[in-house]
Amino acid sequence: MQFPILSVIVFTPIMAGMLILLIPEQRKTEVRMAALAAATFAMLLSIWVYFSYDVAAGGYQFVEKYTWLPSLGISYHVGVDGINTPLVLLTGVVMFTGVLISWGLDDRPREFFAFLFILATGVFGVFVALDLFMLFFFYEIAVFPMYLLISIWGWKVTREYAAMKLTLYLFIGSVVALVGALAMYFTSGMGTFDMLALEGAGFSPEFQRFWFPFVFLGFAVLGGIFPFHNWSPDGHVAAPTAVSMFHAGVLMKLGAFAALRVGVMLLPEGAKAHMWWIILLALVNVVYGAFIASVQTDFKYVIGFSSVSHMGLVMMGFATLSSNGLLGSGVQMFSHGIMTALFFAVVGIVYDQAHTREIPKLGGFIKVAPVATFAFIVGGLVSMGMPGFSGFIAEFPIFMGVWRTYPWIAIVAVISIVITASYIIRVVGKVFFGQLPDEFQGHVHDATPLDKVALVLLSTILIVVGVFPSVMVPLVQSGVDNILRLMGGA
Amino acid sequence: MDFSMQSWIANHLLTLILFTPLLSAAVVMLLPGKQDNLVRWSAFVLSFIPLAFSLALWFGFNSNAPGFQFEERYIWYESINSSYHLGVDGISLSMVLLTTLLTPLALLASFSIQENLKAYMALFFLLELGMLGVFLSLDLLLFFVFWEFGLVPMYFLINQWGSKKGEREIWGGRKIPARTYASFKFMIYTMAGSLGLLLAIQMIGVVSGTFDLIELYAQWTSLSGTLFGLSTSTVKAIAFWAFTIAFAIKVPVWPFHTWLPDAHTEAPTAGSMILAGVLLKLGAYGFLRLVLPLYPTEAKFYAGALAFLATMAIIFGAFASYGQDDFKRLVAYSSVNHMGFVVLGIAAAAFAAGTESATIALNGAVLQMFNHGLSAAGMFFLVGVIYERTHTRDLNAYGGLFTLIPVYGGILLFTSLASLGLPGLNGFVSEFLVVRGAWPIFTVYTAISMLGLLFTGAYILKGIKKVLHGPLNEHWIGRLSEINAREVFVIVPLMVLMLWIGVWPNWILSVINRAVVMFF
Repeated sequence: MQFPILSVIVFTPIMAGMLILLIPEQRKTEVRMAALAAATFAMLLSIWVYFSYDVAAGGYQFVEKYTWLPSLGISYHVGVDGINTPLVLLTGVVMFTGVLISWGLDDRPREFFAFLFILATGVFGVFVALDLFMLFFFYEIAVFPMYLLISIWGWKVTREYAAMKLTLYLFIGSVVALVGALAMYFTSGMGTFDMLALEGAGFSPEFQRFWFPFVFLGFAVLGGIFPFHNWSPDGHVAAPTAVSMFHAGVLMKLGAFAALRVGVMLLPEGAKAHMWWIILLALVNVVYGAFIASVQTDFKYVIGFSSVSHMGLVMMGFATLSSNGLLGSGVQMFSHGIMTALFFAVVGIVYDQAHTREIPKLGGFIKVAPVATFAFIVGGLVSMGMPGFSGFIAEFPIFMGVWRTYPWIAIVAVISIVITASYIIRVVGKVFFGQLPDEFQGHVHDATPLDKVALVLLSTILIVVGVFPSVMVPLVQSGVDNILRLMGGA
Repeated sequence: MDFSMQSWIANHLLTLILFTPLLSAAVVMLLPGKQDNLVRWSAFVLSFIPLAFSLALWFGFNSNAPGFQFEERYIWYESINSSYHLGVDGISLSMVLLTTLLTPLALLASFSIQENLKAYMALFFLLELGMLGVFLSLDLLLFFVFWEFGLVPMYFLINQWGSKKGEREIWGGRKIPARTYASFKFMIYTMAGSLGLLLAIQMIGVVSGTFDLIELYAQWTSLSGTLFGLSTSTVKAIAFWAFTIAFAIKVPVWPFHTWLPDAHTEAPTAGSMILAGVLLKLGAYGFLRLVLPLYPTEAKFYAGALAFLATMAIIFGAFASYGQDDFKRLVAYSSVNHMGFVVLGIAAAAFAAGTESATIALNGAVLQMFNHGLSAAGMFFLVGVIYERTHTRDLNAYGGLFTLIPVYGGILLFTSLASLGLPGLNGFVSEFLVVRGAWPIFTVYTAISMLGLLFTGAYILKGIKKVLHGPLNEHWIGRLSEINAREVFVIVPLMVLMLWIGVWPNWILSVINRAVVMFF
């Protein structure tokens, strides 16, 4: 029997979280060290999985399967393919950097890290699950700690409102998706929740067309699809820094990924029938999201809405159902995750120093925090799809996929690039350049060395993927080929 | 060992030219502490490495062989079939030489920069990387990568090291620093202009399944049938304009030139030198490398419109230039005027591809690109020299300075006359070739453009007169120092080349001509 590496990755955070709770409350340094150790361990394992995945062989690897509730056909079945391997890596990286960024958190760090790690286990679990029941199980594990993390450690002004809104949105979404999943379970007549088995269930086209919108939209709510994106900027803004990083960086990918894995892969005929309006919704996400971001004055809301815009590109790539589009979406999920984690980390650093996020009141941060400025500029360039950075590697094939299906949508969507460039330039110019306001003189300080480690790690990943796409593209392509096989070679 | 090392260098010469600036940027950033002089000299010395490699390229280049040379090709983005494909012909070779030549001079001109020197020098190297990448790419996607990437360092150079004076009112009545306005306009204008290019490149990739230019030259041009429910010719016409507008903005062709005077005026001296000297050439190079070979039919069909825009650029550029009281703005508008001749030559070549006149016009256009690179860089540098001493660019504030600073005066006179197109200096050769080539093809436009030359003379003389001649502005007596040795070292290589090309243009024309002849 091989080493159960995926299970170890999934359960490391929650075990560590439980152990952290045993540490006496006042020993905050030990709490942080334990959290960092666990996060480092999980990240190293996810890196190991990423680089030891055999692209040439393809398919699901590192598979583990144990019967769990045989009478209901539920098994603990996990494995990774080309689509979710980068997402596991993403989660590992965001977890590690999130712990680094939260080092200075002084309000009950023990409970904070415990909840954050429960969330991490949920996220890892969803990404590797090959059993529909397990996927929902981990999905709820991921959503619930979010409520506590935001309402306890969030921004005092809106945290209760935002936490409630986010949780309700996501629960409703998951219930709608669950209905679709149960319909699949009962209709298949196979008595199993195993997704690999359900892929071959041969659902009738009518069935697929009817249930696809439930499953896809139910999950896509968490991906921030228009018009159900509203919870996300509020949630981002209210959450503490590390949670925003997790939330925008990983959790939104959870929705997009589950919509793909359960919606598109199990109901391919339904996907073909419904994609024309999903691509329209995604188009609204992309352009409207960018536009709304450009008129925000709160630093964190700018980034929040930019996530809505960029997640629209992920959905758009899915909706093309083409090799290029899906490839682009796969890379975009990773790239956007890293980028937005970077953004929220920098926003957090600025806010911790300035105690305001109003863009007109900020200025001159390059003089006190050059590394954070550099990191934000890298993130900004990724965000505007600048060649040489990972965003370009992701967006270019998405647009190519759109060209293959609805050329005019590509022409409209591309406007978002200029809108994005304009607000990124405005934010960079206002927050980081210009004059440091007098009231900040002597009060604001550089990012801590740990923050810098996190920022440099995230920026480096964005540049490496942008310059050497071959570190990620063949892997994602192998996963895409599998999806295309389910679509009947479309 | 030694032999294999040599052959490795010869086989990867273009990669070495392209990426030594990146290494130089890294080295500069890693230099210790705040030793500004160390940073200056290291950057300057490091910038000779790409120049040395380009000279090796120049002498290793066989101008009689057809096609591209020193090609390198590796898979870059496998899933969409794009590769890292580099190669040079005579046209790109001369542009590479221009870029690697101007960069050390611009860095030498930047010795007076005081703030954040390391970041400044590193950005300059990144800019060089972006420009060289455009000239060397033989893959459409790679071309676009470098095309866009070059915007970023230029944006920061203008935004951070640009002129500190001046404010611009934006809508809403709010006032922002002029350099913020100019850099934003530069970035957004060019990016918006590139959107059509981006879309067209995606579309070509989808239709052809490759981004390799050499394959596309054959495949894309011979395409027929219907695309996206439209006839191929309609799609191609739209794509042609998408390409054309992106490049016309960069050149810039009237009426897309309005970003240029702002960007030039606010940029630091060395930034203006590179902006006018090389960056504008990227647009013209795009016409040559992409538009003419990929859209020969459309280019021929719309050549008249392009020639019209070029004529307008020549005329209005000259008029606008004459109307300026700001020395730097005057020189900035002169770029619109001079680059108009490049576009006129390209339009003529597109219309009458294959004829002798077209060959002459295209030769002239490429040589004009090179020449304008020399003279515009020189002019912007000289404006910078006087600005550093007087802290004003207002032409009316100078007057009679020839007696105070005779050496500077002589140099300014020489460079201005080269820019004006005085026979014996470089500008004359290329403008003559363009006009000679375009005359039988677009007689009316060429005739009008030649009238434009008259106004070129007018604004250049205005500049000379206001600065050097007339009654001496006594305010400057005792407050003006002569051009120093470092500054002379910047301008002398440019002057030598101006004179050399003016007297004996064949050394460079033979290389360009072979490429142009093979072009058709």
